[in-house]
Amino acid sequence: MKKKAKLNIVETTAKYIFTICAVIAIFAVCSITFYMILKGTPAFKTVGVLDLLFGTEWQPTAEEPKYGILFIILSSIVGTGASVLIGVPIGLLTAVFLTEVSDKRLAAVVHPAVELLAAIPSVIYGLLGLMLLNPVMYQLEKLIFANSPSHQFTGGSNMLSAIIVLAIMILPTVVNVSASSISAVPNELRAASLAVGASKIQTIFKVTIPAAKSGIMTGVVLGIGRALGEAMAINMVAGGSVNLPLPFNSVRFLTTQLVSEMGYAEGTHREVLFTVGLVLYVFIMIVNFVLLKLRREATEDE
Amino acid sequence: MNNHTGTSLSLGRKRPTDMLLYFLIYFCAALTVILLAGIIIYVFVKGIHVVDLGFLTSVTSVLQGTVGIAGNIVNTLMIILITMLIATPIGVGAAIFLSEYAKPGKLVSLIEFATETLSGIPSIIFGLFGMMFFGQTLGLGYSILTGSLTLILMVLPLITRNTQEALKTVPGSYLQGAIGLGAGKWHTIRTILLPSSLPGIITGVILAIGRIVGESAALLFTAGSAKMLPAGITELFPKIFESGGTMTVQLYLSATSEGDFETAFGIAVVLLVLVFFINLGTKKLAAKFDVTRKK
Repeated sequence: MKKKAKLNIVETTAKYIFTICAVIAIFAVCSITFYMILKGTPAFKTVGVLDLLFGTEWQPTAEEPKYGILFIILSSIVGTGASVLIGVPIGLLTAVFLTEVSDKRLAAVVHPAVELLAAIPSVIYGLLGLMLLNPVMYQLEKLIFANSPSHQFTGGSNMLSAIIVLAIMILPTVVNVSASSISAVPNELRAASLAVGASKIQTIFKVTIPAAKSGIMTGVVLGIGRALGEAMAINMVAGGSVNLPLPFNSVRFLTTQLVSEMGYAEGTHREVLFTVGLVLYVFIMIVNFVLLKLRREATEDE
Repeated sequence: MNNHTGTSLSLGRKRPTDMLLYFLIYFCAALTVILLAGIIIYVFVKGIHVVDLGFLTSVTSVLQGTVGIAGNIVNTLMIILITMLIATPIGVGAAIFLSEYAKPGKLVSLIEFATETLSGIPSIIFGLFGMMFFGQTLGLGYSILTGSLTLILMVLPLITRNTQEALKTVPGSYLQGAIGLGAGKWHTIRTILLPSSLPGIITGVILAIGRIVGESAALLFTAGSAKMLPAGITELFPKIFESGGTMTVQLYLSATSEGDFETAFGIAVVLLVLVFFINLGTKKLAAKFDVTRKK
């Protein structure tokens, strides 16, 4: 009897400990959300919602400070959108190569390359962008704006560099997710398409890819999340002024604004930076909810 | 990766759009490989001459005229150690709860939703939260501990997910056998379940270490950027409560505010080599994992 009672205590304790471990994730998400709202909302009062979210002037250290973050929000949206437009087609075609076109030998080269691209730290992408992309952009800039005196020269640190770096960084996510959903498409579909006389390419683009649509969408949304949240790499290549998100403008993103000013900001300036963090968090939560919905649809399809 | 060959009726007369699309597909795949090769070659050409024993074992000091990242290496190792020591048991425990104890219901879907959400939060947000909560509210300031606590939240989903996958592959007959012999649930988990899913757990741990090695945004405002070496073994423990910049943070500072590209590329070489071996390690483990699954 005694031994059994002791066993029961051990069993119950184990169960409770495991439960606590699992609940920590809920606790973490709740406290992050709580803190983001707690710290991110005071600036709405001190600056005013409209001036803050729709103001276009960012002069936190001026005599009469201005805290408009509209251009920062727009830069994040434009940068993410453009990088997804470039990264997704390249990623999707690479996924098609891996699953439908390539023989084993070539896939054995491409697949590890994609995995390694995903593993490279973002500061290295930033460093390379700084050393390789920015000089090229500067040459282009000098060529294009040679006759426009109103243009602020950026030395190549611009939106376009950031978009290219982001497009490369989301590539592995898009390739991996798309590849696994394409290879999950049942072979009968391909066989049926080939049997009615469609060419292999027609089968891939008219049958296989549409069948893998929800998985590919998941990859795209994951890519959007990754691009929105990337901070260090684009902070090194995108320049440092708050501007309209035009290709050759030096721009600030939601993330880079935090990285470059959090270190020294004080008072209202700091409060506004927390609001920038909150805006980013809201965007990311929207992306997360879309992902959740896509995944639910995918499991219901099965 | 499997090749679906099928005889196409239109083989004889290839349509021009087909040819174009084939070209684009090959082009994109080649682009990926060329990008990676370009990155590796460029980093090594620019940085390999910087990396020698002195670079790895000394600290940058104007006084002594040395350039080195030993302090950053020690900081990185300490952050990895502390983070993994805490995150591994919690992540594994959570996975065990989800796959062995929990009954499908509200709590489980809430935990799974929270894990999903955590894995989707960008590192800069973790950094912001870590700075506010661990740094200010708990008063830990810029320290290795603040950085590690922040990273625990970040790598938790990675470990939970991988352990869950590994637990799924343990054959149900193992469990039924153990239970049938009269073993308790905890006993079964400890002696049967955990050992059989060890490769999966280790894969999760290595992936998490890889994520920490490459992390920078979450650490800049939590662990800070100090690069001095602890004075001795006895100084290692107090170092936990002091600021310490990892290799990635130092790379960022070298390439931006310090304008020291030699050091930046030197660190980039070290990071690439590390990342390569971590990648290789997970692959070897995954292969091993597959074999156990087939049995």
